Amino acid sequence: MTGTGESTPVSPARATAGSVEEAATARDHGLNVRDHTETGDYKTVGKPFVENAKMAARNVNVYYGDKQAILNVSLDIGANEVIAMIGPSGCGKSTFLRTLNRMNDIIPICRVEGDISLDGEDIYGSGQDTVLLRARVGMVFQKPNPFPKSIYENVAYGPRIHGLAHNKAEMDEIVENSLRRASLFDEVKDQLDKPGTGLSGGQQQRLCIARAIAVSPEVILMDEPCSALDPIATARIEELIDELRANYTIAIVTHSMQQAARVSQRTAYFHLGKLIEVGATKTVFTTPRHELTENYITGRFG
Amino acid sequence: MNNMSNQDRYRNTAAIQASLRKRYARERRFQWYGRIAVLGSFVFLAILLLDIVGKGLPAFSQYFIQVPIEMDADRLGVGPDPTEDELFGANYLAVIKASLRELFPDVEGRKEKRLLYEMISLRAEYTLRDRVLENPGLIGTTTEFWLLAHAEAGSYLKGQVDTALPEADRRVKDLQVQWLERLRAEGRAEERFNATFFTQGDSREPEMAGIKAALYGSFFTLLVTFLLAFPIGVFSAVYLEEFAPRNRVTDLIEININNLAAVPSIVFGLLGLAVFINFFELPRSAPLVGGIVLSLMTLPTIIITSRAAIQAVSPSIREAALGVGASRLQTVFHHVLPVAMPGILTGAIIGMAQALGETAPLLMIGMVAFIVDVPGGVTDPSTVLPVQIFLWADSPERGFTEKTSAAIMVLMGFLIVMNAVAIYLRRRFELK
Repeated sequence: MTGTGESTPVSPARATAGSVEEAATARDHGLNVRDHTETGDYKTVGKPFVENAKMAARNVNVYYGDKQAILNVSLDIGANEVIAMIGPSGCGKSTFLRTLNRMNDIIPICRVEGDISLDGEDIYGSGQDTVLLRARVGMVFQKPNPFPKSIYENVAYGPRIHGLAHNKAEMDEIVENSLRRASLFDEVKDQLDKPGTGLSGGQQQRLCIARAIAVSPEVILMDEPCSALDPIATARIEELIDELRANYTIAIVTHSMQQAARVSQRTAYFHLGKLIEVGATKTVFTTPRHELTENYITGRFG
Repeated sequence: MNNMSNQDRYRNTAAIQASLRKRYARERRFQWYGRIAVLGSFVFLAILLLDIVGKGLPAFSQYFIQVPIEMDADRLGVGPDPTEDELFGANYLAVIKASLRELFPDVEGRKEKRLLYEMISLRAEYTLRDRVLENPGLIGTTTEFWLLAHAEAGSYLKGQVDTALPEADRRVKDLQVQWLERLRAEGRAEERFNATFFTQGDSREPEMAGIKAALYGSFFTLLVTFLLAFPIGVFSAVYLEEFAPRNRVTDLIEININNLAAVPSIVFGLLGLAVFINFFELPRSAPLVGGIVLSLMTLPTIIITSRAAIQAVSPSIREAALGVGASRLQTVFHHVLPVAMPGILTGAIIGMAQALGETAPLLMIGMVAFIVDVPGGVTDPSTVLPVQIFLWADSPERGFTEKTSAAIMVLMGFLIVMNAVAIYLRRRFELK
């Protein structure tokens, strides 16, 4: 699990004034900041690129202050597929995920270099509206974080601020559809005005998923969505991801290889900030081409 | 081998047990220190409250004396068909004096007569005038009226005068004592709730003095303070926490705000005098100026507590809002502020309570004048509750002693009401 308990091993030679503060800011957001700066190129093994990619990342480098967290990553996210990003703690997968909807913008010391595009448009271009971007690329976080409002309000907030509903009837419809798609409606339909924080962990995470899909995004980013949940809730959410695939593109960061194997069509393996291997899930798990991938999958580390 | 490890184990357990005794003893002692401290503070609080309430409670009642008033048209100085102006300017004092002489026919001599008249408050005149204006048919009749007793007479009737003292040492003379006892025996002296206290402004005569002017003055001043300090304070905190870049300029601003919270309040009064009254020529003694000065004083408190409340909001809520596509402003106003509101309101209440009790800066801008009229707005000259208490505490008349304590009780009541409102608002935000 990123962010909890694991410290930031920055070698003393690299420690700069304010680095503790920088690390702290990143840790607030649940990110384990490690420094992977080193010279030397590498080549990603497998097939990082696809036809008709929904999102395309080219030569992405991410820095937290002086520390480099992502080294030269190029990856395509295909339309209507589920791509899983796996790797040991602190390898940069969460950081990479957050670059896709510019969530790293809220961390002042974070710097993103490279090109990331959605449907061919550079999302880091000047004049790009992050509000619009985040409406098109939604996010579900590791720890369920429903708003401290009613269940209805949680789901209705996004559509309301984006003006997706013109009257109460339309809004009711959006809320109901989102809750149904997140397979939560039957459980909460009688208590839509109860606070969202009063639900169980699994229900809260489904509420967060409903909230994310209420704005009709094109891509949904999921950052270890099941790591705080019990196995039954996890299974339900994995089912959900499979159902959602029909209408959305999904990128999911996960610590569990079994989960990656179950839900995704493509898998990307990250290691120390580098993208080591990408390929069809079956291939990556049965016949990995890179030694590091093989070591990770067979459990030699991670 | 086994024996040794057993012995070691036993030694360890014994050592732990010995230390346990000491630890529990220390904890019990600490608990007792706590209990004694809390008890001690309750005792002091009780003494303070009992003293104030004991002294102040008598102020909430006042004595009235029933006198048969002969509304003689000649003595009043009005004709057979008087106009309203004539009725307004009629000589009710003469009528009262004559009626008192009727009640006590054996009183002779100017000094004694003056003592007789001094038992009734000057207010009685106005009472009669108002009644006659309502019902001019009273002229020519003799009716029983309840007239407000003078503060000293009332004080005697309440049992506050020590008759054992030699006559020269007290205000209520022996003759008056006799007369008052006779009135009481005849059932002509009655204790009633002191509505005057809440319906009149300050006065030179203790029995006519009330707190209404000071109450309104405090209310208007606090209103101005709140309307200025709360929005500016909260929005400053929001800007500094959410939007301001982290650089030396903002660091400097933060240091200055923290320091301002420690500046003595009288300095703000001097500022108000020099800038608002002398330079901008705002009306002296007005709640407007008082409010501006107090809001400057309260601003650092509100900013600091609001910042702390906003900082305490978990980043996950912000991320969730941003993730759904809310702009930064929407995130702050729809999500961060509502969650931070209980803390912000607590800070606001602390600031307002401070402002309510402030006297020094208001003295500087002139709110110490003897103001009788109830202020109608924020630009009318007025005084505030703490200043009124200060003025009354200074007065030599006995009647003002109990009024001072009563005013303190009203001030505390004001505070309790403000706190209650704040707690109610907090609850509403927390439940949401």
